[in-house]
Amino acid sequence: MKLIYEKSIPGRRGMRPAQSDVPAGNNINPEWRREKEAKLPELGEVDVVRHFTGLSKGNFGVDTYFYPLGSCTMKYNPKSSERIAGFSGFADLHPLLGDMPKGGALSQGALQVLYEIDLMMREITGMAAFTTQPLAGAHGELTGILTMAAYHREKKNQKSKLIIPDSSHGTNPASGAVAGYELVLVPSDENGVIDLGALKKTVDDQVAGLMLTCPNTLGLFNPHIKEICDLIHGVDGLMYYDGANMNAIVGKARPGDMGFDIVHLNLHKTFATPHGGGGPGAGPVGVIEKLEQFLPVPIVVRNNDGSYGLDYHRPKSIGKIAPFYGNFGVILKSYVYILMLGKEGLERVSENAVLNTNYIKEKLKDYYDLPVPGLCKHECVFSASRQMKLGVHAIDIAKGLIDRGFHPPTVYFPLTVREALMIEPTETESKETIDAFIEAMIDIAKTAQTDPDSLHASPTTTIVGRMDETTAARNLNIACLD
Amino acid sequence: MPFITNTEQQQKEMLQDLGLTMEQLFEDIPKDLRCAGLDLPSGLSEQEVQQQLEHLAGLNADDLICFMGGGVYDHFIPAAINAITSRGEFYTAYTPYQPELSQGTLQAIYEYQSAICRLTEMEVANASVYDGGTALYEAIMMARRATRREKIILDDGVNPIYRQIVRTHVRSLPVELVEVAHADGQINRKEIWAQIDDKTAAVVVQNPNFFGFIDDFTDIAETVHAQKALLIVSVHPLSLGILKTPGAMGADIVTGEGQSLGLPMSFGGPFLGFIATRMPHVRKLPGRIAGQTLDHQGRRGFVLTLQAREQHIRREKATSNICTNEALCALTALIYLSLAGKQGLKEIAQLCANKACYAYQRLTQIPQVKPHFDYQWFFNEFVIDLPLSAKEASEKLIEKGIAAGFPLSRYYKDMDKSLLIAVTEKRTKQQIDRLAQALEAIL
Amino acid sequence: MANEDLKYTESHEWARQEGDVVTVGLSDYAVEQLGDIVFLELPSVGDQVTKGAPFGAIESVKAAADIYAPVSGEVAEVNEALPDEPELFKTDCFGQAWLIKIKPSDPAQWDSLMDTAAYAEHVRGQ
Repeated sequence: MKLIYEKSIPGRRGMRPAQSDVPAGNNINPEWRREKEAKLPELGEVDVVRHFTGLSKGNFGVDTYFYPLGSCTMKYNPKSSERIAGFSGFADLHPLLGDMPKGGALSQGALQVLYEIDLMMREITGMAAFTTQPLAGAHGELTGILTMAAYHREKKNQKSKLIIPDSSHGTNPASGAVAGYELVLVPSDENGVIDLGALKKTVDDQVAGLMLTCPNTLGLFNPHIKEICDLIHGVDGLMYYDGANMNAIVGKARPGDMGFDIVHLNLHKTFATPHGGGGPGAGPVGVIEKLEQFLPVPIVVRNNDGSYGLDYHRPKSIGKIAPFYGNFGVILKSYVYILMLGKEGLERVSENAVLNTNYIKEKLKDYYDLPVPGLCKHECVFSASRQMKLGVHAIDIAKGLIDRGFHPPTVYFPLTVREALMIEPTETESKETIDAFIEAMIDIAKTAQTDPDSLHASPTTTIVGRMDETTAARNLNIACLD
Repeated sequence: MPFITNTEQQQKEMLQDLGLTMEQLFEDIPKDLRCAGLDLPSGLSEQEVQQQLEHLAGLNADDLICFMGGGVYDHFIPAAINAITSRGEFYTAYTPYQPELSQGTLQAIYEYQSAICRLTEMEVANASVYDGGTALYEAIMMARRATRREKIILDDGVNPIYRQIVRTHVRSLPVELVEVAHADGQINRKEIWAQIDDKTAAVVVQNPNFFGFIDDFTDIAETVHAQKALLIVSVHPLSLGILKTPGAMGADIVTGEGQSLGLPMSFGGPFLGFIATRMPHVRKLPGRIAGQTLDHQGRRGFVLTLQAREQHIRREKATSNICTNEALCALTALIYLSLAGKQGLKEIAQLCANKACYAYQRLTQIPQVKPHFDYQWFFNEFVIDLPLSAKEASEKLIEKGIAAGFPLSRYYKDMDKSLLIAVTEKRTKQQIDRLAQALEAIL
Repeated sequence: MANEDLKYTESHEWARQEGDVVTVGLSDYAVEQLGDIVFLELPSVGDQVTKGAPFGAIESVKAAADIYAPVSGEVAEVNEALPDEPELFKTDCFGQAWLIKIKPSDPAQWDSLMDTAAYAEHVRGQ
């Protein structure tokens, strides 16, 4: 499809600004004007709408069909949340109104949403307090690690190391590193969870904390989680819970009860806000009581008279991680979602997510290798090692699924599994959809034996085929400037 | 149950196939760690929730005439934007890891990167970061890596909220942050020049600055480059409809907040951080980047490229930890810029400047109102001084239906009586006159 | 393979001693593991490198790796043409695709490197 710049017709106009009702100003130094207009497209509104409608047809979303991308929790995004986030009482609210005199009397409704979702998240995770400021999961990780650093600074602990398991998301080591920590990698054991023996050897008084998902990226709940928490607490380290996999246990178990000290939640995963083609998300962070004093400012508080306000007087706070109160529009959608589901609904979420996953694992285990058999939680990981011997790789299976109408699972992650296929169906998918997916996966396993070349040629049903990524990286073309 | 499609009968069938009960599916969680249920209210219908939220929305004062700014502005948003971004193909997709199923998102990112480059007159841009503040922090991290130096010189005309974000992020790092106080509202060139040395990684400035002043930083770029350091400029993107671009000034990294490009104020987010730079620094850019290439049949298409910089490959050695970004907001900005077009953007920017100029003249005609600084060149914002506390004045003006501006005492000392006033193209002459009359009435 | 004079590191760099300089490159195993190489970052002449510490970086489409110095010393020469011709890794990784030449500061370090047989064993164990 043509670029929008290639469709530009000189002189054509889209949006027209209102007529000026004031005299021309003299506040712009003529020497500081831009020399030439920005080379933006010149198009009518209909051209613009058709261009992007055309682009949308090249996309696959949850609204299209099954999107079992592991570790991303691509569940259905309720439309009611979208409508409510568009209410002018929320959408047209300037964030600094919350900062105005009389403690935000002008934004009581918005502050109440923030205050109440904080309470809900406390209950769901077992934490003592939350900040809604972090703008994504990785941003939450960084906020949590900076909070951890503030705790050790306050206690005058000399800590330099942060431990992560080898199956962790890439954001964990990256967040630790940008916060200034040295990362220590601990391998997984034969059961797919962090190797307790190796961990014990690693832990010393230099350890600031341990970052963990539980269940982990293989979908496995760590049976030794309490012991691990005790081990880290023994050297005054803190336990960080990466909430990316919270969909597996919501309503069934709480990180706080397991012994975790810091938790982030990915609202765009567990709490059903749309992923937007890569964002925006929201990554609120919860902490246990002794860490509350370090959370970013401001904190939303409830005054004695029942009104809501912002508390900036927190001298031990790490400061600000984002400009205002977080991605309010996203937080609001999760608030709506939690209100609609309620306590029973949230429990059904994890139950059905886990049921759907184990059903897939059971039905496909004869066709694909399972690195770790047995019960899993919200996601399961197969290995295409059997197909690899036939010359069919995980990527070929992914592309074969595209031709069969499905979005592929996550491939080549976690790094601990060769030719990994990581499947996360979520609770919002029905048995019929999952059966159709299983059928497609079985068909691909059979095709790998009978006609592997057809899988190498996939996808053929899309507007473009497999892309030349080497050329893209060698001969960089990442902006059209003329 | 809402949003769970399997019937109880289907759940039963699936459990039978597994030979398990629902209870047994959670047996791997040690008994003492299982919770007995959440202490939350029961679920509500869509209608009930909407009614509750209509009530909460009604408690917010979204109907005030808005002269608030400080980095977030009340601009007009064309209807076509929501019509496009509310298509499920865009907003229910995730990161375009499978290019064959994501050409819509990928081409849009490529076009967005191009739009940011064209707007700022820079060479490359990424697919977005969280907001203007974190964009500035990421730019500082880029400069550290590019120069292998640690001294960052930060003009205090840079948005104080952004500066606070930067301070929070670098607290545990060996960064030497030097904040240089402004001189009468404008950058203190003498002091900045005195600070630049061979340990300097970057000088960070903002245009227009937090007090509304515009500037040309070409001379600062030259001084910075003589020491092999970088110039980072945070810009208000809409101002680039008429203002000299950071690219033309010689900036090395340009960042900004894209909220003014079609995004609602939404009580502070989701917003859009943008970063643009020059080709030699492309591998230091954080976040995702879309690139053009061909498929095996020679058809043009787009992919995520330079992924080896990113955390999912490079882990602790990644250039940044960013993963989820603000893709849908970037799409919004691209649609806005495409609808406004070459002429429209220029006209909107000029309208903001004209209306701010009118407001400045009208307000400073009031005998008790003084400009806080000696303003000559400014874009859409300015600071006035009142004979009473700015907090008290804004409270009184709110009772008259006007959000008159932001009292600066939260962020600057000795500015108790100062109000930061922003004027967009949405403010009419009549509304500006009403603000002036309301001010006259309370003074 | 006629690479009997080469020595290797555990991180898959090869080294060749020629007069008073040590030439460094990436082994065929490393090149195969990386896949199509798209970017290479090398130090400058005169930079000091330390045995076992990274002196450069290499990227393919789906992977990135640091390149480690087999011996300590000063960079005497850099293969400036290589970043523009990454195909050379595929066609001649032990020859034209050399990376840098080091003037060693501690000649004894040479003996700590693996010989061809030991390296072949090391690769088998990967």
